[in-house]
Amino acid sequence: MSNLLETKEVSKYFGDFQALDAVSIQVPKHSIFGLLGPNGAGKTTLIRIINQITMPDTGSVFLDGEPLQSHHVQYIGYLPEERGLYKSMKVGEQALYLAQLKGLSYSEAKKRLKYWFDKLEIGHWWDKKVEELSKGMAQKIQFVVTVLHQPKLLIFDEPFSGFDPINANLIKDEILQLRDEGATVIFSTHRMESVEELCDHIALIHESKKILDGKLNDIKRDYKTNSFEVGLLTDNKRALKQIIKSKFKVAPADFKSLHDDLKLNISLGSDGTSNDLLTFLTSQAQVLHFKELIPNASDIFIQTIQNNKS
Amino acid sequence: MNHLPLIIKREYLTKVRNKSFILMTFLTPFIIIGLFLFVGYLANVNNDTVRTIYVLDETDFLSESFKTNEQTIYNHLSEIDLETAKILANQEKAYGLLHIPNIPLESVSSAIRFYSVESPSLPFISSLESKIENKLSELKLQNEGVDLALIESSKTNVEINQESFEGVKTSKVGSVIKLIFGGAAGYLLFMFIIIYGNMIMRSVIEEKTSRIIEVIISSVKPIQLMLGKIIGTSLAGITQVATWIVLGAILLFATSAIFGVDLSQSPQQDMVNEALSNPESTDNIQMIANEFSRLPIGNLIVAFILFFIGGYLLYSSLYAAIGAAVDNETDTQQFMIPVLVPLILAIYVGIFTVIEDPHGTISTVFSFIPFTSPVVMLMRIPFGVPIWQQIVSLLILIMSFVVTVWFAAKIYRIGILMHGKKPTYKELYKWLKY
Repeated sequence: MSNLLETKEVSKYFGDFQALDAVSIQVPKHSIFGLLGPNGAGKTTLIRIINQITMPDTGSVFLDGEPLQSHHVQYIGYLPEERGLYKSMKVGEQALYLAQLKGLSYSEAKKRLKYWFDKLEIGHWWDKKVEELSKGMAQKIQFVVTVLHQPKLLIFDEPFSGFDPINANLIKDEILQLRDEGATVIFSTHRMESVEELCDHIALIHESKKILDGKLNDIKRDYKTNSFEVGLLTDNKRALKQIIKSKFKVAPADFKSLHDDLKLNISLGSDGTSNDLLTFLTSQAQVLHFKELIPNASDIFIQTIQNNKS
Repeated sequence: MNHLPLIIKREYLTKVRNKSFILMTFLTPFIIIGLFLFVGYLANVNNDTVRTIYVLDETDFLSESFKTNEQTIYNHLSEIDLETAKILANQEKAYGLLHIPNIPLESVSSAIRFYSVESPSLPFISSLESKIENKLSELKLQNEGVDLALIESSKTNVEINQESFEGVKTSKVGSVIKLIFGGAAGYLLFMFIIIYGNMIMRSVIEEKTSRIIEVIISSVKPIQLMLGKIIGTSLAGITQVATWIVLGAILLFATSAIFGVDLSQSPQQDMVNEALSNPESTDNIQMIANEFSRLPIGNLIVAFILFFIGGYLLYSSLYAAIGAAVDNETDTQQFMIPVLVPLILAIYVGIFTVIEDPHGTISTVFSFIPFTSPVVMLMRIPFGVPIWQQIVSLLILIMSFVVTVWFAAKIYRIGILMHGKKPTYKELYKWLKY
């Protein structure tokens, strides 16, 4: 079984409103899976179904090949977007309580908490009340509690909100390390640069339907336009531009360089390879810059949503 | 996995460690006992004031009715006219002047007048009136040639002895004791529901506003969380009430030891002492003891526990559902009314109809309706309710408890994840179908 989690044709209605329409996703083992979509698309509903907080109306969910059952909650660690802690409870006590709810014994929970608190250098918070902590500090505790029971599947909904860049990086590294240690991560966010950085696979949900999914690199390949960004050193920029324009589709480009060069985006269309273009360009001028234009996650997101607008 | 004990433990510990909870637990008995002492003290102060009354009796036949006692000094004036008496009474700062003019017995009753600076207290005037009435009646009867001794001996006090067909003797005193027992049980349940139901509601709202709820219910089933909350809070409540009772008893004992002399001087105490010195009253005490022994104690305890738990769980699950439906405490008002109305109705039905007729149609019917049955049935049981009625009522209660918890859990399950606008009843109904 190469997929840790699969949903099959999952649909969910709230009254007359359809929150999910036959959504099927496959989350491969040891991957970081980006669950993307505009606000209100149905991401949170899907995540809640995976966490058995709500039940699907039709369709089914499989964890490691087994239909989802109530004992599976101990294999899942969930950091919801709407998160918080008991304000008047002490940090240590609270972490122990939440860990025990996930099925850890008291002593095991205490041992692991000590490890994590030392690792993140927050040991001295143990006897503080949550209301005495800052938002970022509380988020750290929340992160520890989510991963403490070493779940096979980690679900993070906007994990970086509330963190300063240093702590966000710290958490990002922890997520990557957890993945390397064998966990599978579902990652839901609106911050496309972190999708770019972290995710191997993505699924895009829009208006209750899944409209795109697969390996991020495969998707990028599908979305690439066979375009290149070039910088050419020449005496007569206008003349050179005219020559290139007569053979290819061009658009002005903008990037930083040391020289006053001609900057262009050249689109080859379906025929033609980068080598053909390069051969042609070297015959005309000195090539300073040559780069394939790869669509980023943000481009793909926006383009797909726009294409699907009815 | 069964997390219920874990949740109960957390809820219980959070409640009993809460500073205001601890404060309330230990302070309440002091406040109540202190209040009693204060009221007792005030009553004493009030009783200590001695009133001086001037009596100008021109007829002379009423004078002996006014005898100086601890609280009132009667100064009998004679051989001065009304105007002088008024001036004298005013000068001497007397409480007032009672004037009885010298006119025939038949018409004197409407000519008696009381002069004072401030209008006199109602009980005082009543006592004067009754003194004069008694005396005038006696005099009139004497004038008609009736012997006073005959009047005295003709006064009778009737006490009907009650006995059931099975031969169980009872009395009015017994009824009062039963009322006290039933009323206390019903009222205790009522207070318990209101105080600790609210506590449950607040703790649900807290979980919503602190946004921890989604973290928790990704580990446990909402119904487990709800039941854990209800049970944990109830245990904290039982701890609190038990502490109150123990502490109250100790305090009462201590205060009566320290202030014993003071307390025994209160008028109530006097009455009790009077009753004790009265040879007949030993019979009364014997009777009270008998009545106690005749109460269905075993039935009372078992029924109290069962109806208390049933009624409390029924209402507290509703409180939990309300807490789940709203975002803050001010929004709860609209949903509280349907919960409070049957509860208050139960107390009123209990107090008014059960006293009137513990086995009448209204009290019987209300002791079967689930939302009023715990309170009304608890009030009825000391009067002896057939076991089959208790069982049927309990079964109805349990069934409606199951249904209510199911409903509440549905609303709870959806509500805890809803934030923002306050839901309407229509929306709550829709949640039931999600």
